[in-house]
Amino acid sequence: MKIWKTAAFATAIALLNGTTAMAACGITEGRISVVGNEFPAIQSIAKRMGDCAATGVELKSNLTADHQKINVAGMQGNPAEYTSAIIANSSIVALINEDVIRPLDDLMATYGAAIPDSQKIVIDGKVMAVAFMANAQTLAYRQDVLAQIGVEPPKTYEDLLAAAKLIRDQGIMANPVGGSYAAGWNLAQEFVNMYLGYGGAFFAPGTAEVSINNAQGVDALNMMKSLSEYMNPDFLTHDSNATQAEWEAGNVALMNMWGSRMQNLMDDQGSEPVVYENTKVAGPMTVGGGTSPATTLWWDGWTVAKNVSDADAAATFQAMAYASSPDILTPETMNQAVWLLAGYTPDAVSEGVLAAVSAGTTPYPMLPYIGLLHTALGDNLADFLQGKESAEQALADAEAAYSTAAREKGFLK
Amino acid sequence: MKHKTFFWFVFPSVLAMLLFIAFPIVSVVIQSLHVAHEQVIITVQNCGPFGCTDSTKIDTDATAALRAAEPLGRWAGLTTYFDRGHLATNEVAHAWATATSLPDFLGRLINLPFYKAMFFTLTFTAIVTPLTLIFGFAIAVAVNSAAKSLRGPLIFFTLLPMIVTPLVGSLILFWMVDARGIVGTLLQWAAGDPDLSVKASTPLMWAMLMVYGVWHSAPFAFIVYYAGLQTVNKETLEAAVVDGASRWERIRYVVLPHLLPLTTFIALIQLMDNFRVFEPIVSFSAQAHATSLSWAIYNDLGGETQQLSSAAATSVLTILCIALLLTPVLVRTWRDFARK
Repeated sequence: MKIWKTAAFATAIALLNGTTAMAACGITEGRISVVGNEFPAIQSIAKRMGDCAATGVELKSNLTADHQKINVAGMQGNPAEYTSAIIANSSIVALINEDVIRPLDDLMATYGAAIPDSQKIVIDGKVMAVAFMANAQTLAYRQDVLAQIGVEPPKTYEDLLAAAKLIRDQGIMANPVGGSYAAGWNLAQEFVNMYLGYGGAFFAPGTAEVSINNAQGVDALNMMKSLSEYMNPDFLTHDSNATQAEWEAGNVALMNMWGSRMQNLMDDQGSEPVVYENTKVAGPMTVGGGTSPATTLWWDGWTVAKNVSDADAAATFQAMAYASSPDILTPETMNQAVWLLAGYTPDAVSEGVLAAVSAGTTPYPMLPYIGLLHTALGDNLADFLQGKESAEQALADAEAAYSTAAREKGFLK
Repeated sequence: MKHKTFFWFVFPSVLAMLLFIAFPIVSVVIQSLHVAHEQVIITVQNCGPFGCTDSTKIDTDATAALRAAEPLGRWAGLTTYFDRGHLATNEVAHAWATATSLPDFLGRLINLPFYKAMFFTLTFTAIVTPLTLIFGFAIAVAVNSAAKSLRGPLIFFTLLPMIVTPLVGSLILFWMVDARGIVGTLLQWAAGDPDLSVKASTPLMWAMLMVYGVWHSAPFAFIVYYAGLQTVNKETLEAAVVDGASRWERIRYVVLPHLLPLTTFIALIQLMDNFRVFEPIVSFSAQAHATSLSWAIYNDLGGETQQLSSAAATSVLTILCIALLLTPVLVRTWRDFARK
């Protein structure tokens, strides 16, 4: 009898929860299937989306670091496998190029009254995505090590090099600088940062004609090479996961790192107290006397697929709007990202990204052909950093590889 | 076998081969002969959390119309095959015309992505294939002469490298040779150089990839040779002993000739496998030091903008190269067959 009572009570609670959840999310039917990157903030959104579960609702999420390899293919079918892709300002381009996401203006009018304009990604007058967080690579430093050499946290890359030399010369660390320099996407991203820091422009304005083989390009590569001389010799194989491991092992005192990863460095998981207690975050550095920091601003946001029924699109829109509403902010989620949501109160961990925003950092360019240049850079710059060829040759190779790919994709004649 | 019986006997496999091998290859060939439409680019205003900027965008409506008119894309003929990303005929001709010496020309040739990938792929195939055969045979002979009770466990452990998924196997080796891993530290100690790093040096990275290649495929050669050893004629061996042949002479004059057809078979499979070397390059994050044709295909498809035509052209070139590479072995097999 007692067991029966407990079971009935549990069911009643579950039912009650079910009803409140339905009320909270407001969906009774539809298919919601989300693909996106895998880091704490996005996991929290996917978790909150679980509130939308109801009898007529089909709810799925696929969060993986390889999301950009599958999102275009997964949205090209009709009906699309994914009704929503969580993307950043670089990866939305591929979705727009292939025309697989729908303008959100009509859904916004019906269901999105609570979403402020600052979160809307408007392209050619149409809302194409809703951003929920900002990200940027900024400085992480070891307070204790800098105190030991008597240096303030560097504001420029030149200062960082000087500090690195002191740390090495005093025998504190052999390779005090860290960085995600893995050949491929990461290395290209570091070049993009540095090149923008020197005031470079990637393309002749309004065209797909690349121009990076210039003084700024050479300066950027030379600065990267100087930095790499203070890095673990394996730097060309270190992605941001491996760089984080180097930091947590206490081998690194200075690095340019993603804001979304800072919380991992500062928590007590994976490192000794001397490392995580002394890990501090500061704004991004400038280089070569430039005014704009040598980094890029990013947003992460969600989209709705074009090739799905209007009912599924509406359900997806409501679920995503619900999952990324300001109510997601709890003490647990507050520091997972720099949320672009009302009620977000930044902590020390987010200072870097906020400093990047207020310093007028350039956003990562949202151009249809930037992905091709990024790939070409990732494939061709490692030869210079290994001393196999000159900076000019590496840049010329990257330009040639880009132009070949851009001709094949119809961006260049 | 009657023709009709034969037809129905092979029909299921012919159908499967047509569906899963022949048709996809046809589609890849067609893809490689086309490139994307000319993109209609417009300048628009983009606004977001960081303000507004003027930026370019693909005019999706205009592009959709182009796509509807020509769903395959623009006909490009063989241009993709000859562009810089593949055979790079113009660049090679230019390098040949302006090079000051042969090493200078070769240096410029290897700077081109296709030839860089070919250089590593061919070196890998040429070194790993014979080593696999030698190690596989040596292990098979050793296991075959072990006590019967030991053979079961020995075979199991020898096969392990082949059972482990390539990506996982190479990742384990990658961690072991890390400057802080067990093999990496041992190498530093042995070389007396605390800065020695396998991952930072191109020759050492190549050596590691090849060690992995042999480690992974030697068990395959072993198990085939081991099966072959069971069929060696005992009487011939005993006769050789009576004639006073040493152990080495018995292997050289009795066992090896008997296993020659198997060697051809293993060489065939290994040539194909090694030419498609891919997983270790990804697992070892070795792309700064070594690339292969399969890796190039993966790289074309893995970027934020997928390059389907380029990947298709590389695929067709891979098929052609494998066919070329296998010709001597196939000719030999055909001659053996015709002789019988």
